[in-house]
Amino acid sequence: MHIAPILNALRRNKAGAILIGLQLALTLAIVCNALFIIVQRLGYIGRESGVDEASLFVFRNVWVGHSELDSSTLIPTDLATIRATPGVEDVYETNSFPLSGGGWSTGLSLEQDQVKSTAQSTVYSADEHAIETLGVHLVSGRNFTAEEITDLAPNHNVEPSVIIITQDLATKVFPDGSALGKAVYMGGRTAPPSTIIGIVDRLQTPWVGNSWGDKFFLYSTLVPYRMLSTVGTFVVRAKPGQRDAAIKAVQERLYASDRLRIIPWVRSYGEIRARAYKKDRGMAMLMSIVCTALLLVTAAGIVGLASFWVGQRHRQIGIRRALGATRNDILRYFQTENLLIAGAGIAVGAVAAVGLNIWLVTHYEMARLSPLYVLTGALIILVLGQLAVLQPALRAARIPPIAATRSV
Amino acid sequence: MDSSLNLYYVQLAIRSLRRNPFLTALMVLAIGLGIGASMTTYAAFRAVGSDPIPWKSHQLYMPQFDAWGPTGRSADGEPPDAWDYDDAMNVLKLHAAKHQSPISPIGFSVIPEDASQKPSAVEGHAVGSEFFGMVDAPFRDGTGWSAADDETRAPVVVIGAKLNEKLFGKASGVGKTINLGGEAFRIVGVLKDWNPQPRYFDLANTDGFGDPEDVFVPFNWVIDKQLRSHGNNNCNEASPPGWDGWLHSTCVWMSVLVELPAAADVDTFRRAVDGYAADQQTSGRLKWAPNNRLRDVPQWLEHMHVVPDEVRVLMLIAFSFLAVCLVNVVGLMLAKFLKRAPEIGVRRALGASKLEIYKQFLIEAAVVGLAGGVLGLLLTLIGQRGVLDLFDVQSDQLKHIDISVVAITLGVSLIVTVLAGFYPTVRAASVRPAWQLKSN
Repeated sequence: MHIAPILNALRRNKAGAILIGLQLALTLAIVCNALFIIVQRLGYIGRESGVDEASLFVFRNVWVGHSELDSSTLIPTDLATIRATPGVEDVYETNSFPLSGGGWSTGLSLEQDQVKSTAQSTVYSADEHAIETLGVHLVSGRNFTAEEITDLAPNHNVEPSVIIITQDLATKVFPDGSALGKAVYMGGRTAPPSTIIGIVDRLQTPWVGNSWGDKFFLYSTLVPYRMLSTVGTFVVRAKPGQRDAAIKAVQERLYASDRLRIIPWVRSYGEIRARAYKKDRGMAMLMSIVCTALLLVTAAGIVGLASFWVGQRHRQIGIRRALGATRNDILRYFQTENLLIAGAGIAVGAVAAVGLNIWLVTHYEMARLSPLYVLTGALIILVLGQLAVLQPALRAARIPPIAATRSV
Repeated sequence: MDSSLNLYYVQLAIRSLRRNPFLTALMVLAIGLGIGASMTTYAAFRAVGSDPIPWKSHQLYMPQFDAWGPTGRSADGEPPDAWDYDDAMNVLKLHAAKHQSPISPIGFSVIPEDASQKPSAVEGHAVGSEFFGMVDAPFRDGTGWSAADDETRAPVVVIGAKLNEKLFGKASGVGKTINLGGEAFRIVGVLKDWNPQPRYFDLANTDGFGDPEDVFVPFNWVIDKQLRSHGNNNCNEASPPGWDGWLHSTCVWMSVLVELPAAADVDTFRRAVDGYAADQQTSGRLKWAPNNRLRDVPQWLEHMHVVPDEVRVLMLIAFSFLAVCLVNVVGLMLAKFLKRAPEIGVRRALGASKLEIYKQFLIEAAVVGLAGGVLGLLLTLIGQRGVLDLFDVQSDQLKHIDISVVAITLGVSLIVTVLAGFYPTVRAASVRPAWQLKSN
């Protein structure tokens, strides 16, 4: 197929070629970045929290008409009530949980007077039932014992003598893998050392959707404390298949045992996850809608413009056919022409895609686009262009040679 | 003569659009989708980034105090977003601003008198007496409390419209008492439905959007009763144990709002806070030079990143999509106009000037733009709710159809389509009549 005559013809009718090429270029730039955002967000949403989400539900409890110190007995009483509820496997009380959106964080240091901590970590208060309830696994060391759980009065610092940390945190603080049995310092300059007695495989931090939290999202520390407060958070593990019944039963029993409480919310982990990732899911969905709409609009536009163009060259096509061109020749002519335009459009579009990405990276903390996306996008645009021009090209191929002699 | 000709052009446009419904539908769809996407994201951007108190936002300031020094600063050298208690109280005592208030989020359990009813929770803020005047809080009944009430730590409360309706129905709760967390509070004021979006006076603890507040109580009372804030608490070093240890530490948790009407007031206040910081440095309590900030509400909203990046990215992508749709429409209009080359040739041969051809086709573009605008408007109204719900914004403006949104959408659609129609129109007008009239 000779390219030169095609290019010559295009040069004579630049407008149409530029319009199609420009559309393809812009579509490529947008689709590449939109796809990238979608994949990024889906990856973000797909991160495993490390807990057995299918069996768990969480609720907040506010003790009314009691002082904070009363929770020293209120918490064990409520835990016993919940544990005795049919459908409940286990439960523990805590300050926060993965994907909750809020919680405590602190720095872990190797030396007592370190200015900058070695690693940032979230702090989850826990008792000896926490690991069982959450469904996380101890890869080394041991769980807390009941005797190690002590009360932490309000406005007192978290200075536990023993802690359990996640594997990722252990590797960060002790890259040689020797974390078990070692001591770290949590909190301020006068903090006593905390010995790592156990390491669990994976436990996510509460924060989702901010770049600060993302940096340490698998660094969690369990501390053996009963936080004395008027507000408590209970994480409950239901027996298989009995979660919804357990949710109802637990609330009934708690209110029956002590009316002076408020349970502002009860959420299954599915709801917790949905709330945490609402924005990310929404972005992925919106980007998908825009991508689809964009591809449809571009395809339709190419069909429309190409049809018109074929109509303009009705006579020329007839002449070519009269001179011996086969239907296939005509078809291939238009497809090659489209390929050339698409090629130019893709070249410009690829540059635009990278440019758009760089702009997003500098202004909005996005990651760099990998060339794979540009290639995939280019392929999609190429196929799109070829499919869109197929119908007008087929119509052109059907023009009979007699059109060369007709005056209309 | 002119207006009837223009009307004729409109008729011609409609007739031509009807003659090729597929192409017309394509153009209207392209414009509609592009406009819909752009206007939806723009409306979301406006709602999230709107000035919550435009008549006063340049007089209200959120100062920041550097209580942590160089080791506690973020990479950009900014001091913390919240204040610690001692420094806030000391600066407030200077009375260097026309009006001022401490602010901190607080919550209570409401114990109903009826023993068969369950207790419920209310959320709100602990503020100073001057707060209500500063934020122009609209009262349905009653007023805020007085400065004397601040001093005497009187248990008074201003409640929100929703709580009032829940407790007292249509009647006003002013003068009645409400049991908050075991203490009887006297209701001195009931607010109208008030929920500034974003909640600019407490961005240190929320992202600015959420349900309206139930209660406002005196800040001094809350401190006296040793009730911790329901918001964030950030400490750069461990505080001594106990309430007083925490209260007098450098843990930051509260906000300060000041009103500084004139530029001179701004200078006075800034110098007062910097002077206080310099005193602290001299006395050795704080070991660094003053590093304070004083931002008015719009600057504060910007600094606290109230507009999520996602909204901006969405807007960028949507407007790029509109650009593609417009290029698309240029092509389609080019096709449509040039197909009628014979008709144009006849008109020109019969004496129509180029200007008339311009008018005819620009009016046709305008008709397409209007139709696309209507479609875009429908899509915007649907899409707006979805996108704003995504970012948890409750905008009162959305409850009724905003005339300005309608006007802007149709206006933008009209303008961009006419602009897109310029090149095709130029091509159409340069059709040579003689060529079109030949039998070819």
